[in-house]
Formats: sequence, C-alpha cells, structure tokens
Amino acid sequence: MKKVIEGSMAVALAVKACRPHVISAYPITPQTHIVENLSQMVADGELKSEFVNVESEFSAASVILGASATGARAYSTTTAQGLLLMTEVLFNIAGLRLPVSLTCANRAISAPINIWCDHQDAMTVRDSGWIQLYAEDCQEAADMQLQAFKIGENPEIMLPVMVNMDGFILTHAFEPIELLDQKMADEYLPPYKPEIFLTTKNPVTFGILAEPQYYAESRYRLEEAIKASKPVIEEAASEFKRIFGRYSGGLVDKYKLDGAKTALVGMGSVVGTMREVVDEMNSHGQKSGLLKIRTYRPFPKEAIYDALKDVDNIIVMEKAISLGLGGILLNELKSIFQGKKKQPRISGFIIGLGGRDIPTQSIINAVKKVESETIEDEFIDLRTELIGAGK
Amino acid sequence: MNETTSTKKKEPIEESQVAPGHRACAGCGELLAARLVMNAAGKNVIATCATGCLEVVSSAYPQSAWKMPWIHSLFENPTAVASGVEAALKALGRENEANIIAQGGDGSTADIGIGCLSGMLERGHNVLYVCYDNEAYMNTGVQRSGLTPFEASTTTAPSGKISWGKTTDKKPMPEIAAAHGIPYVATASVGYYADLQKKVKKALTIKGPKYIQIHCPCPLGWIHDPALTIKVAQVAVQTGLIPIFEMENGVITSVRKIVKKRPVEDYLKLQGRFRHLLKKSGGEDEVKRIQAIADQNIEKYHLI
Amino acid sequence: MPKTQTKSTKPEGITVKPGSSKEYKTGSWRSKKPIFKHDKCNDCRICVMVCPDGVIFGEDKKYWADMDFCKGCGICAEECPVKDIDMELEVR
Repeated sequence: MKKVIEGSMAVALAVKACRPHVISAYPITPQTHIVENLSQMVADGELKSEFVNVESEFSAASVILGASATGARAYSTTTAQGLLLMTEVLFNIAGLRLPVSLTCANRAISAPINIWCDHQDAMTVRDSGWIQLYAEDCQEAADMQLQAFKIGENPEIMLPVMVNMDGFILTHAFEPIELLDQKMADEYLPPYKPEIFLTTKNPVTFGILAEPQYYAESRYRLEEAIKASKPVIEEAASEFKRIFGRYSGGLVDKYKLDGAKTALVGMGSVVGTMREVVDEMNSHGQKSGLLKIRTYRPFPKEAIYDALKDVDNIIVMEKAISLGLGGILLNELKSIFQGKKKQPRISGFIIGLGGRDIPTQSIINAVKKVESETIEDEFIDLRTELIGAGK
Repeated sequence: MNETTSTKKKEPIEESQVAPGHRACAGCGELLAARLVMNAAGKNVIATCATGCLEVVSSAYPQSAWKMPWIHSLFENPTAVASGVEAALKALGRENEANIIAQGGDGSTADIGIGCLSGMLERGHNVLYVCYDNEAYMNTGVQRSGLTPFEASTTTAPSGKISWGKTTDKKPMPEIAAAHGIPYVATASVGYYADLQKKVKKALTIKGPKYIQIHCPCPLGWIHDPALTIKVAQVAVQTGLIPIFEMENGVITSVRKIVKKRPVEDYLKLQGRFRHLLKKSGGEDEVKRIQAIADQNIEKYHLI
Repeated sequence: MPKTQTKSTKPEGITVKPGSSKEYKTGSWRSKKPIFKHDKCNDCRICVMVCPDGVIFGEDKKYWADMDFCKGCGICAEECPVKDIDMELEVR
C-alpha cells in the first residue's frame, strides 16, 4: 500500500517495523521529525520501545551502546554537529562490535553554521568501522533501515550500520511510500539474539584494554569483518526483494552503463538529478551511464571497478570535501584504477555544499567541461563575487 | 619465595567480586574502595566503568578482575552506558536481573563526564553511581581535576615559585548530584569501610538514581606511604576536610560526627602533595586558609 | 594484509572471562611481606577488609595472605589493632 508521507515518517515507520528495544536520540535539525514521530508512537503505545531522551548526542550514542551490549536492538538518529559529537562513541561502538543502527539526516558542518544538506558529516566518520549506506529517496531510506539491522546483526558481521538520507531534501520531502508490512518485516528481521551480552547468567568483561601485543589484531579483525559485510549487504538486499518485491540496497546501482563512454558517479538524492542528465545526454547521442554508490563503507571497490572498467570518462559528483585533499570519493575512486590497464579520465566536482541547489544545467555544464580536460575538485556554481575571483 | 604465611592455604572464605591480579599500585585506595563496593553489592550486579586507573588496572586483555558483567566504553560515559543497560533490561523484561552500578573516578565524574552524569540523574535511571574520588587524574600522571583540593600540588597545577597549587577547592559534586532531586546521595571514605559498605547496601534498596562519592587516597599521587592509605583517609575525615554524610531527597539525614577534631596540619603533613605548604615561607597563612575550609565544613554539616 | 586462515569474522577478543586476572600474579611486585604472627589476633578481620587486593584469608585467629598476589603495601600491618602483623623485607 502506497501512501504519501514525509521522509522522516517513512523512516520512523521503518524503525518501528524493526521493533527496536531501545531508542535514544537528541533533537537536531533536520533529524527532528524522525525522533518526534518515534516519540509519539511510543507515547501512543504503538511502539514498545524504551525511548531515552538524552542531554546530548554523545549520550544518545552511549545509551544505544549500553543497550546493545545488554542484548537489545538499539537505534539512534542524528546529523552534522550531533554526529561529530558522537564520533568518539561511534568508533567505540564499532570496536565493541555492537550492531546498533543510526539514521544520519545528512547536513553540513559548522563553521559557518548551516542546517542544510551535504555529506560532510557522515564522510567525516567514514573510518569509524560503521557500515554506511546512502539512500537516494525516502523509500530507500526506509527500506535500508530494515536492511541495516539485518546486515549488522549477522553473527559474522556484528557491526553498526548508518543509513544516510539527505537532510531536508529527503527528511522533509513528501513522497508516495510503500509502507512496510509488520508481518513481512518480522519475517525479514527476526529478533536479535546475540551470542555474548551483559548478563549475570554468563558474566563477561566488555571494553578491555589491549596493549601493543593485542591491539593490532583487534583492528585487523574489525577490518576483516567490515570487508566480509559486502556479500552480506547484497544478500540483505536480495532477501528484502524476495519478501517485499523491490531491490533497494546492495553495494552499487548501475544505470545505462552498458556501452557507456561517460559515467557519472554519485551518492544520495543528487543521483536523481544526475539520472536526468544521463537521460538527456543519451538523447543527444552521448553514450553515458550512472553509478550510484549505495554502500560507501565498506567501499565496494570490486563492484565499482566492474561497473566502470569499460568507460572512458568518469565524473564524480560529491557533496563533501576532505579539506586539503579535495574530493574524497574522487580520490578513493581513482585508487581503484591504480595499476589497471585501461585508465579512464577521472574528474571530480564538489557540489551542493550547505544545501546549495544543484540544477540539472550545472551538472550538464560540468560534464561539458571535462570533455576536453580533466578537472579535479572544482566547486560547481561558486559565486565568484563572494570569493573575490573573476571580474 | 619464603612462604611461611601461605603454606596453610585454604579455600578463601570471602569470595571477592573483584579478583586479585589487578595491576593497581600497592596500597591503592581506589581498588580497595571498588572491592568494598562490589562485595557489599553482591552477585547480582551489572557494572559500567569509566576510563581511568580503575579500568586500566583491572581489564587488560586477556584478563579481567571483575566477576560481574562489566563494560567499559569511554572516559565520559559510564552513566550514559548504564542508562542504556537499564533501558535494555526494562525493554527485555529483565529489570529484576541485576542492580546497575556505574563507576568513575573524580575526573570522569566532576569534569569530562558531568554532562552524562547529570543526564542520568535527571532522567531518573535506577542506577547507583559511585565516584571514586582520589582527587586528581592519577592514570595519566596526577593532573588536576575538579575534585583536587585547594592548594594540593598536581602536575598541571603544581606548586611553584609563585603558586601554591590549585587555586580553587573541590567542586561540590554531592550537592550537585543532590540538586537533581535524586533520592540518595552519600559521601564515604575508605577510612570507614563498614560505613561505606552500609551505604552501598542501603543505596541498592532505593529505586532511582543514587550517588556515592568515596574518598580514596592514592599513595602515588598524594605521595604517602602505601601502608597509610586507611590512616590518611581517616585523618581527612577527622579534620573536617572530607565531610561524611547522607542526603535523602535533598535533605541531610546523617553525618559522621568528628569525635576528636584534628588540625588540618595532621592531614597535610602525611602527604607530599601538600609539603610545599609546610616548607615554604608564607605557608602558614595558606594552611590557615585550608583550616578555614575544614571549619566551614564542620559548621555547614554539623560535624561536631 | 595476510589472508586469514579462519574464515569466521565473528567478534573475537572483544570480551574476557570474569575474574581471570587471577592468572596474573602480582606477588613479584613485593618488596616487603606481611608476617601474620598468630599471637594476639582477636579475629576482628580488619586485615581482610582493608587489603586492596583482597588476598587476606583465614578464620579462627589464623589469617594469611596469598603471596602469589600480595603487593606488600603494609596496610594490614598498619591497621591491625593488636599489632599481630609485622612487615619484613622480602628476600628473594
């Protein structure tokens, strides 16, 4: 059954369908509608979760850490400054191998303070050991939420999963959403039964100190686990399709890449605009395609290479920057082609920072630019009058 | 090894909840306090712990001194983690499984973790918080914390040519905890271990957040003979510098009376961290200021 | 990165057994050792209470420290109200 609802409500309903035991969050724009919806569901008795209203995101992350270690399915949601405040805990959660889940309503980072969308927040914690999924639309954000627990709670994986959805652009968008049937959700996501948790029946010590002779191995095991999650992520999407009838997950999503000479690469809601550009280019006889990165961590190197190995021209559009390096996705993507026989031209643009609109024409202009030269880390649509350039 | 004293090994008659083999320094007041707390609390406990000496000496892989289910996450969050443990037990229908005890040192409690602590107290979680107060960041090498006392010398607020050490006194953490409207706040000292254990047992009969702050000497940081850990703690109480009391629902309901008041010099002279006050010229005036703190405590808490 | 021999990526090395620190003997840290004289002991059990390592055991006026762990801090001797414990230099 499809219903037009706000993206935040779609996510809240998906979280409800996951039957989390514990939810803990701190309000921050543009995540607020998600927590408000969940709070109301708890207040109305529709959702039987312990909702812990905390005094900071740092505590929210710590609460779900404690809850998960006690054997509960636990969820939180945040964005931007909140995610940064959580950072220390996020790394800790991954190190403790606790399969919590979090929705990040992607937003720019201060200063200057800005509440609108880009991906700088989640990209900042890309090395934390969290699995990171990126949704293109509200349906994906909702569907990926169910998949997040499915992936994370796999006994071989046991890792936290972050579902990224663009702040405002998705969280506040009204879209027709296929609601998740609870029975199907229960079939897809069985109750969480960890092998080890805090209980007086079988006491264990969590959170040990690892001296130099032990630490490296624990990080190695973490790396092995997150790498091992790639097929698990694909399986979770296939299983989801079997039960719900749609494929909305996996590592990457290929669009018109067969025979394409030019490939656009992106993550999140901007992919929709990029798809329009690809369609237009093809209508003008320019053979082009699109690669949507759905799973950013673990980085699906093999899947990306496989999808792009035959194209001549790759253009990465990303809503984040590693200051002092440039495009993050751009540089990671380039590394995939290191030592390969065929070397495509790889260009990158920084787009949409702080919620700047990304008109179709801007992407078309960018694509035109790289027909003749390689461009790296160019900011699209910069207002020259504000940076003392040009004129 | 000359084993004259250990040849008659029998089964230990006291099953401690904190096992030996932990790496605390000889004479450690904090580990003594932790053992007293956990033994008073008994078997049905889930514990959380802040980063610090207590955690470092007790949980080095692949061994742990803790007998109960125990988790360490970070420096500032034993309280938030405990909140999550409590919420999970509730949600899973296991709330009668265990008492929850969150533990931290004075740095975690009064400084870096005060936000998380305040949140836990305000939300009313059914958790006993224990602050092991050894009055500085001992794990990192005796740096000043919010609970370092006035004019103690620490490595980041040392005494020097123009300094007497820390310029402010201890943050009033018990009062700050009590101001949250929680049902039970107590101070205790390893010098009075029976009283300490009684308070832990009492706290665990009360539903809601509880706060106990335990004064525990650190031979390394306070610079005293490890054999004197109990003595130093007792003298602190007998001078009035460390008032021992209970506050129930914001009202002081009991205080440990000082039988024979001792001058603060008796306490200061036992410890190297105060030696500058007794050695440097002009120190007498500073000692008077510390005496005034003790006298104020005596008056405020009716210790005599 | 070497290939792992075991294919399992289940969490390992995340938790340890409760009370397993007993495997870590701290007795070698000791420079002094307590001598329980078993002379004037009045069974007050203060020594049992005040040992930071919890390694003083006994009953019926016969107490002893587990020398595998005793760090020789001397709190027991200091606090013994009848001075029935002496601290002696450890000779190894």
